[in-house]
Amino acid sequence: MARIGVFVCWCGSNIAGTVDVEKVREEAAKIPGVVSAVDYKYMCSDPGQNSLRNVIKEKNLTGVVLAACSPHMHENTFRKAAVKEGLNPYFVEIANIREQVSWVHEDKERATAKAVDLMKMMVEKVKRDRPIEDVRVPLNKKALVIGGGIAGIQAALDIANGGVEVILVEKEPSIGGRMIQLDETFPTLDCSSCIMTPKMVEANQHPNIKLYTYSEIEDVSGYIGNFKIKIRKKTKSVVEKDCTGCGECWNACPMHKNVKSEFNLNLSERTAIYVPFPQAVPLIPVLDRSVCLHYKKGGKCQKCLDACGPKCIDFSLQDEIIEETVGAIVASTGYDLMDTSMYGEYGYGKFKDVVSGLQFERLLSASGPTEGVIKRPSDGKTPQTIVFVQCVGSRDPEKGVPYCSKVCCMYTAKHAKLFAHKVHGSQSYVFYIDIRSTSKGYEEFVRGAMEQDGAVYLRGRVSKIYEDDGKLIVKGADTLSGNQVEIAADMVVLATGVLPKKGSDKLAQMLGISYDKYGFLTESHPKLRPAESSTAGIFLAGMAQGPRDIPESVVSGSAAASKILGLFSKSEYEVEGTIANVNEATCVACFYCQRVCAYSAISRKEIKDRSGKLIKVVANVNPGLCTGCGACVNACFSKSIDVKGFMDDQIYAEIKSLAV
Amino acid sequence: MEGKDVEKEKQEEGSELSAGNQSEPRLIAFVCNWCTYNGADLAGTSRMKYSDNVRVIKLPCTGRIDPLFIVEAFKKGAKGVLVSGCHPGDCHYTSGNYHSRRKYATFRDLLGYLGVDLNRVEFSWISASEGNKWVAVINEFTDKIKSLPAQTTDIFTKK
Repeated sequence: MARIGVFVCWCGSNIAGTVDVEKVREEAAKIPGVVSAVDYKYMCSDPGQNSLRNVIKEKNLTGVVLAACSPHMHENTFRKAAVKEGLNPYFVEIANIREQVSWVHEDKERATAKAVDLMKMMVEKVKRDRPIEDVRVPLNKKALVIGGGIAGIQAALDIANGGVEVILVEKEPSIGGRMIQLDETFPTLDCSSCIMTPKMVEANQHPNIKLYTYSEIEDVSGYIGNFKIKIRKKTKSVVEKDCTGCGECWNACPMHKNVKSEFNLNLSERTAIYVPFPQAVPLIPVLDRSVCLHYKKGGKCQKCLDACGPKCIDFSLQDEIIEETVGAIVASTGYDLMDTSMYGEYGYGKFKDVVSGLQFERLLSASGPTEGVIKRPSDGKTPQTIVFVQCVGSRDPEKGVPYCSKVCCMYTAKHAKLFAHKVHGSQSYVFYIDIRSTSKGYEEFVRGAMEQDGAVYLRGRVSKIYEDDGKLIVKGADTLSGNQVEIAADMVVLATGVLPKKGSDKLAQMLGISYDKYGFLTESHPKLRPAESSTAGIFLAGMAQGPRDIPESVVSGSAAASKILGLFSKSEYEVEGTIANVNEATCVACFYCQRVCAYSAISRKEIKDRSGKLIKVVANVNPGLCTGCGACVNACFSKSIDVKGFMDDQIYAEIKSLAV
Repeated sequence: MEGKDVEKEKQEEGSELSAGNQSEPRLIAFVCNWCTYNGADLAGTSRMKYSDNVRVIKLPCTGRIDPLFIVEAFKKGAKGVLVSGCHPGDCHYTSGNYHSRRKYATFRDLLGYLGVDLNRVEFSWISASEGNKWVAVINEFTDKIKSLPAQTTDIFTKK
């Protein structure tokens, strides 16, 4: 016999102001099976919880209904209180009479009627609750970090320093990501490679970090605590353990023209066997087979092998597939720049001297194609006048993307500063929509670009850029003075919008995590769970989540790492027990449930008798993978699968209780 | 057994508080736990006001909503049924809302065949940040149901 207790909360006047709580209590007392009905000012307070515990104990309750605020507020509070009196936590149900009654309705009588209905629904539900035990999953205490940019490196280092083994996978030949492409960083103007390379080296040498560069994730299966990973380690055609990074091979390579350097964003050439940049980590070249003459000319060219001292180049090496098992994953796949050639008026891709912000970084960088001397791509002359155009592609729902790229205001101010520092007497103009400089020291930095380094900021858009006699004529509007502006510039730098890394959507699908319509990975909760993905055990970091700058990326990397270290501090992971459950007696093994399961949580199970003879095949739910969504329940023709906590009979009882 | 007893008593007793008259139709909303339920909560925390005819039944996901729940709701006298979950692409469980959408598209035809005025079933996407949309959907749906004839045409309702 059910012994239900109903507790009606006043929430001060929040509920009691609009709902007649005494009436709700009286109605509750009339329901068969309800042995106790009380109302109290604040059920969530300590005395409120104590009264709940006392009633559970005194009346020996088998179920509890709280008519109170949203279950998303205090369900856990009350479950914990119930557990202390030995009640199964899932025998606590909440009727949401605050967020969905008292705060949204004004007529007291009608609001009370609705509150009574919701309370009755939950009484019917709790009568049919079964005890649910949470599931414990063992943890493989090893982490995988996907993407070796600043966020990924930070995450890997933090996890490794916490004493946990890390596998760091990077698609490019070197770790370092976008940050190592930058020259100096705002707002302190410290050189990016000076602060980045020590971290890269540390990650490479850390005893707890296993680094796979030039590698991609091939397949992911499993679940929190037990992810099975396949990594494709693309062949570098170099025996890594023997290579000293001396550079004889790439100096000997005859393919030094026509292959654009990806790292320098097409501003220079690279050879077929190459390291992307001199400080690459690991300093091991990769052989690009798509352009190498050895493969194109049937094995004739082997100048790199001839030049190689330790003879570690091997043209016959093949891709390797490496399998690893990890307990947690960080996805920090970073970003790409938008292709802005669709803005015909800016002439990107048409005029050589119209470059993107990241290309300008390479022109500023001491390790870049011009060795830190700003030279314009068309004729190598040092520009005297540069026009910077902000928000190219970003904040443009028509042709680009509606969101703000967040870093452009700051790096444009930095570009203007560095240009003034490197080319004395030069002049920069910045066309902007708004200046967004909201972190520590940022506003002062932008002010400095204007006041100390003389950048002229013009609030308005550029309408047209065209070439005239070796100059780029920039026509635009200065909306603050109301004038049309025409500037003869030597170079134009576009603050190009950012996009999630190409292919990150594919990776997200492989990982089973969600991403937004642009492809940015979405966090489990935008405010309160910013480091977690929607899938347990998979965490997010860096620009893969959305536009952010270096400090924020570092923070997010550390956040993901601390989440993983926290997870690994326990011996087992506890999963909520509200998962699917198969009735093996009635299951007919049609596996429709398997087809609708988004988590591959359902597998075949063979039931055998003592002699090993097969009796029948049934569906089996993996508790580590099942999230309790219930899609399988409706796919089941024989009604053999149900989700604990949301069983069919409970929902029918709820509907019945609403009968009019 | 116990459930049945309860049911009997309930029906005998009736509920003088339940809004059962024709001008105040009972609406039942089946919503997912992650988007629409939170959207409805947000309407509350934002102190928005809306029609009080609706009763919300929370499920983990719209993918859990068995079409027979809708039939059951009509059988129990609901004058309108709303199904609402996360926007396409936003499902907490990746694809539950797609299953739901597909099921609903097919099931709608069957409901029509069973005599249900299809104005009485509504399907919508309401995210956790769309408290205002929840309010608008509930108000519009309530108004629509109130404008329909009180006598329903389906084969479930006791005439």
